[in-house]
Amino acid sequence: MKALQKIQSRFVPMPMENIDTDQIIPARFLKATTRDGFGKNLFRDWRYENNDETKPKADFPLNQSQYSGEILVAGKNFGCGSSREHAAWSLLDYGFNAVVSSFFADIFKNNALNNGVLPVTVSDAFLQKIFEQGNDATISIDIAAQTITIDATGNQESFELNPYKKTCLLNGYDDIDFLLSKRDTIAQFEMNLK
Amino acid sequence: MGKTLFDKIWDKHVVEKIQDGPSVLYIDTHFIHEVTSPQAFKGIENRGVELFRPKQTIATADHNVPTLNQHLPIKDELSRMQVEQLINNCQKHGVELYGLGHPYQGIVHVIGPELGITQPGTTIVCGDSHTSTHGAFGAIAFGIGTSEVEMVFASQCVLQTKPKTMRININGELQKGVVSKDIILYIIAQISASGATGYFVEYAGTTIKALSMEARMTICNMSIEMGARGGMIAPDETTFNYIRGRAFAPKTAVWEEHKQAWKKLYSDADAKFDAEIHINAADIQPMITYGTNPGLGIAINGNIPVVENITDEGEQRNIEKALQYMGLKSGASLIGIPVQHVFIGSCTNSRIEDLREVAALVKGKKKHDQIKVMIVPGSQQVAKQVHAEGLDRIFAEAGFQIRQAGCSACLGMNEDKIPAGEYCISTSNRNFEGRQGAGARTLLASPLTAAAAAITGVVTDVREMM
Repeated sequence: MKALQKIQSRFVPMPMENIDTDQIIPARFLKATTRDGFGKNLFRDWRYENNDETKPKADFPLNQSQYSGEILVAGKNFGCGSSREHAAWSLLDYGFNAVVSSFFADIFKNNALNNGVLPVTVSDAFLQKIFEQGNDATISIDIAAQTITIDATGNQESFELNPYKKTCLLNGYDDIDFLLSKRDTIAQFEMNLK
Repeated sequence: MGKTLFDKIWDKHVVEKIQDGPSVLYIDTHFIHEVTSPQAFKGIENRGVELFRPKQTIATADHNVPTLNQHLPIKDELSRMQVEQLINNCQKHGVELYGLGHPYQGIVHVIGPELGITQPGTTIVCGDSHTSTHGAFGAIAFGIGTSEVEMVFASQCVLQTKPKTMRININGELQKGVVSKDIILYIIAQISASGATGYFVEYAGTTIKALSMEARMTICNMSIEMGARGGMIAPDETTFNYIRGRAFAPKTAVWEEHKQAWKKLYSDADAKFDAEIHINAADIQPMITYGTNPGLGIAINGNIPVVENITDEGEQRNIEKALQYMGLKSGASLIGIPVQHVFIGSCTNSRIEDLREVAALVKGKKKHDQIKVMIVPGSQQVAKQVHAEGLDRIFAEAGFQIRQAGCSACLGMNEDKIPAGEYCISTSNRNFEGRQGAGARTLLASPLTAAAAAITGVVTDVREMM
């Protein structure tokens, strides 16, 4: 996992609530056996008419040239539904490094953090303020300080981030390396568990 | 202070707590399937390590398999390659696989319990959100992502932050025609699709105690649909009787010892929950969903909410968008709406009791001639039982198609899909846009309500047929 310290970028607004993982990446694209290449099918059925890549839906934010950037800003309960990590992979592969919402589904949040996609939980009011910004507005996210700022207005909120996960993100550390280093402790634990 | 059932099992499985961080949680049983495991096997191989405890992982193929002609090679090349990769990975890493053609094959959350692998007091994970199903046995069971599958491969542990606890108490007798699917659809409609996010739920009360194990599984299965990390029910005699004698259940010599330990698995009288909800069973009617998340459900004889009357603006937009997708009207009743498909299957409702209920209702009747009905048993064992009990003849006479075990039309991944714009009454767990196929319109309901529509061709209050 690559290290992630600060993000400053324009954003793509998707104000709808309850965006589920079947919308982020429909099940028919889960047949791959690698983690790569999911970005082209991100939000596939909201992005194209009749599954046809030559017919982008004009009213969908990813198809609107005024929106771009590495931050996705979405309505509450983002990532509900299935545990497919492909949702995080597709966001990352498309170029998103952070998702901002007022509420995230648990499994998605874990999956995102495990792939260096930062889920930033903000208040409903702050989320609304972001949606009110113009197309050129930029957002700054500082992981060490745990702050998110709307650059033009200076509005700022701090967000929660588990200190362990924060260290992982800032340094690009990986949970699996950590767990591998614990194998002896775990083996000892097993003896007492039985 | 007393401990909750959740705390008792959690505390026993914490290897260590990272300061200001998650816990290293030991996993007793790990189920895998073809879709969310290949990248985890690859990850382990890239690190050059072996699986830490391969005997504690059990594999099956379910999501991406056809449900007809399973003896033939899978036609779709990508699906075939994914299933073949599971076979190779399991062989290479010493993981037991109940793959296509094996008598134990089936939907992962159906086979775990029916084989007696799912046991009280254990921790169970799988790269599938409906792993919460296994909580019906008094286990901590939850869905994980592929990175976490790799963690289990590497260390038989996952890193987890301890969730909050919620108890949902349901007391009283159920009305005629109301089954466990209606209970869980009712709860989700009450608290919304995100109402239990951050919580692990325990279901309790006299209504739950009176349910069979299969009915309890249906409830725990859909815990994730209200955002819960998982759902669980304290084990009791019903649980012990279900497990006893199954293929991987504790053998006779050690049975009593296990049972005595399991009997201690309950929330102490003075245990505190972070949230508690009380529901009166008599208030629950047969349920059906009208929208595009499982929280958008109503009593079958009720009406869709009137959009203008919804005060929360976000919720108003959600419902408006959902009704547009579903082709349904604000304030309308669903009764009488023509349906083109009935799907009876999925990890929610594909067990033998579900199919017995359906058979009892449709015996001697014929399906409506405009409707296609798929019955997809959850496992090879369920399919065998259907045959042994002669339910297959009842279904055949009714004009229902019986298919082979798999996730089937629950998720629009394999060959079984619902065409765009058509309605399907489905016993599965999700009614998201495109879940059953791009443009498909899903109405979630119980097996009884689905069976009623199969006969009449329209959304029907099953109580009128009983």
